[in-house]
Amino acid sequence: MRRILIGTSALPDSPDDSKSSYKGSSRSRLFTVLGLFILCFAVLSARLIDVSLLRDGGEPSITRAGSDRPGATGRADILDRNGVLLATTLRTPSLYANPRVLLDPEEAAKKLTTVLPDLSYNVLIQKLISKRSFAWLKRGLTPLQQHQVNSLGIPGLGFLDEYRRIYPQADLTSHIVGFCGIDNVGLSGIESRYNAELTAPDRLGQAISLSLDIRVQNVLHNELSEAVKTFQAVGAAGVVMDVESGEILAMVSLPDFDPNRFSEANAESRFNRASLGIYEMGSTFKAFTVAAALDTGIINLKSRYDATNPLRVARYWIRDDHAKNRWLSVPEIFIYSSNIGAAKMALDLGGDRQKAFLDKLGLLSPSTVELPEVAKPMWPQPWREDSTMTVGFGHGIAVSPIKIAAAIASLVNGGYRIDETLIRGKSVSAKPGDRVKSVSAKPGDRVVSAHTSKMMRALLRLVVTDGTGSQAEAVGYSVGGKTGTAEKPGKRGYRRDALISSFVGVFPSVAPRFLVLAVLDEPKGTKATHGFAGGGWTAAPTVSRVISKIGPMLDVMPIREKDAESHMILEISSEEENLEAF
Amino acid sequence: MISSKKIDPMFGRTDVSLVGRWWWTVDRLSLGALILLIVIGAVLVMAASPPVALRLELDPNHFIYRKLLLVIPAIVIVIFTSMLSPGVVRRIATIGLAISLVLLFWTVIGGTEVKGARRWISLGGLLLQPSELVKPTLAITAAAILAGAPVRKSRWAHLITAALLALVVGLLLMQPDFGMAMVVSGVWFVQLFVAGISLYWDIGLLLCVGLVALVSYLYLPHVAGRIDQFIDPAIGDRYQVDKALEALRVGGFLGRGPGEGQVKSVLPDAHSDFIFAVAGEEFGVLAGLIIVMLFALVVVRGLWRLSSEKDSFVLLSAVGLLVQFGGQAVANIGVNLHLLPTKGMTLPFISYGGSSMLAMAIGMGMFLALTKERVGSRNLNGWSKLQHYGAMNQ
Repeated sequence: MRRILIGTSALPDSPDDSKSSYKGSSRSRLFTVLGLFILCFAVLSARLIDVSLLRDGGEPSITRAGSDRPGATGRADILDRNGVLLATTLRTPSLYANPRVLLDPEEAAKKLTTVLPDLSYNVLIQKLISKRSFAWLKRGLTPLQQHQVNSLGIPGLGFLDEYRRIYPQADLTSHIVGFCGIDNVGLSGIESRYNAELTAPDRLGQAISLSLDIRVQNVLHNELSEAVKTFQAVGAAGVVMDVESGEILAMVSLPDFDPNRFSEANAESRFNRASLGIYEMGSTFKAFTVAAALDTGIINLKSRYDATNPLRVARYWIRDDHAKNRWLSVPEIFIYSSNIGAAKMALDLGGDRQKAFLDKLGLLSPSTVELPEVAKPMWPQPWREDSTMTVGFGHGIAVSPIKIAAAIASLVNGGYRIDETLIRGKSVSAKPGDRVKSVSAKPGDRVVSAHTSKMMRALLRLVVTDGTGSQAEAVGYSVGGKTGTAEKPGKRGYRRDALISSFVGVFPSVAPRFLVLAVLDEPKGTKATHGFAGGGWTAAPTVSRVISKIGPMLDVMPIREKDAESHMILEISSEEENLEAF
Repeated sequence: MISSKKIDPMFGRTDVSLVGRWWWTVDRLSLGALILLIVIGAVLVMAASPPVALRLELDPNHFIYRKLLLVIPAIVIVIFTSMLSPGVVRRIATIGLAISLVLLFWTVIGGTEVKGARRWISLGGLLLQPSELVKPTLAITAAAILAGAPVRKSRWAHLITAALLALVVGLLLMQPDFGMAMVVSGVWFVQLFVAGISLYWDIGLLLCVGLVALVSYLYLPHVAGRIDQFIDPAIGDRYQVDKALEALRVGGFLGRGPGEGQVKSVLPDAHSDFIFAVAGEEFGVLAGLIIVMLFALVVVRGLWRLSSEKDSFVLLSAVGLLVQFGGQAVANIGVNLHLLPTKGMTLPFISYGGSSMLAMAIGMGMFLALTKERVGSRNLNGWSKLQHYGAMNQ
């Protein structure tokens, strides 16, 4: 039996070695270890099969990376009030090269330019022959381009996923939604104002819903663009607002830009005229003068002012554009837009009350709209008597169009202050067209009495039926409104040739629901307008077209005006008529 | 009966040369499994390492050459070491422990710092990791001390091994190398457990381990981070684990095929700690199961055979070596399968790593040497009894 080895001589060989203390329990404990190992290996095998064969292939192991589910992209979407996508984030591949691995830079550059024609061969070759190990070639490729580059089969090229902000509505919402820089940090508009909320980890995937209605926005954008083209204006601004809630359904500033290519936009087109621009709005302000005067009771609709002769204020003459050269009643002053009448009315009202009233309407503070681009209004300091007169017809005070819209809406909605907002459902009356029946239930502070508000509706309607705003009429929608034409200030006084022409319209004027404001910057008269470029000739028809198109969208039922307006027929109390009566 | 009819005496039962005796006494199944693991390791490093080498700006075949350079020596070491007798093994281990302790000191003082830890020393252009060598030598030396002590002095033996362990663990923590400290402590604990210390001590030691774990969790941020990541997927960087799981899922039953794997190009440790995932992706669950089964075969069979071992030294040292071998395998695969928190631990014989490979070869060679059939080494019961009767009946 030599085949069996002898154990080490140094150790005890005998089976019943009494020296060893490791007898009885040793075996059972060894089996414990053995059992634990068997258990471990069994668990490993089971887990291996579970992980690889039984696991659903689509189930992600973690919740963050590797998918495009909402929240995965690091920035929430922005939607309009009906859920239409205004801004989203997409994963896009970006092409890079590792020049060290590249075999033939010339060939690679040549091939790449065939697939990506916007890349220059010279720039490419510079990048590809460098000694670095990483060079971006093109950021944000489309899936098709990625496929084409892959098909080239060039070694040393690779893709890294990047997240890119996409604005499907392009220039339609450029000033409202704004844009993000290359690092996806909001730089303007809602993107900037709500940057923290859009990127907050605890609310990722929760889109921000704007009050905007992209259909209305589209109509306003089209009509303003058309007006800019027709009247060769340098720019335009427009607002559509729910007069009850202050929610902005559309806000346009022209010229605009494509936020997807924000770097190509110039400062002029990035400028938001609707909220950041401030303008002397002209006659539109007469609505505030008249409303304040009526509300304080210093005049009534029968009151008259002498507008026979121009008025001398300091170095200037106040003249009427549509001069009647006679005494005018309050409705006449309003519908013929008499500067002389408005100035005298403002004098009667007094500077303090005038200023307090404008402040109550919010016209003396920056807009509260949810955009970083808001401007402070400018008003006369000190507020002297001549200031009172000029402000009475909208000169010497410059405010942003969005504030004008909110202030007019406050006058006609029953007389309570509303604040303009771009966020859906922020104000109490959330749904568009949600009629708030009781005046006392209005959320904002009262600015004028319900009676004054009713008179203002009638006066605004009168402007369209009998005054300067006749071209704003939209059949069935009973438009009321006020024209505004102001000369732009130049280096030496006001410029006769450069106007800010506007029209602010509300409809239906019996019980206004929506407001449409159109402002044209330096429109030129055309043959069709007989060379006139004022608000009644340029902005009013634009508002008319906007209202005819958005009325049906916003569920405003067309009405037979004679029936609806029978209760608000207003006597113009014209001297002419009185003379005729004699 | 086989040998008597064989004309060629080579490897016959009657062959009494050194090699012949070795062949008939060594556990050939375990030997085969170990050699198979080494070969599989070579294949997997071929598959997994080129992208890693490229990332490190080395020759793509860098790791492959170095691994292949080690495969033959490793096999030779396993075979050669397994030829030694238990006494020689003990002596070599004791001397080896002394040498590796010196090297460990040296590492702490003048080691090469890699990724913030001093674990390597440079010996003639070769980077050595002395802590790998400590593991088998400490296990065998501790076993010798435990086995050599008379019953009434066993308490002293326990204390001596504990002191030795404390020294080694202290040196390892100075590097720092928590994983290695855990392995040597675990091996020592199992040896003591099998040696039969009272259950109170077992429980006390386990409580100590729990306490140490709690203290590390509370006071060592990177330990806390690892555990938190393991428990809550949303915290921190689980990149490697997630990629490993994805690789296994993509691999399916038969894998994507050799070289077709994707995960190796994104996993920094594809060639070492996460090589199991690469195996799963390219060769499928089948390969993964084969690897698990090979480890299980060596460990379970080894422990089973030891159950009838009478020699305390052989029993304790072999248990120590097996626990180290099996424990590291379980820990590594467990991390790959996200059953355990991330812990840098190599898969024995398969992961890339020269020191680990050679030390493991020495350790498992010694294991084979210790578990060779010897006269009177077994209690005659169970299946071994039958086998012996069978042998005698021939």
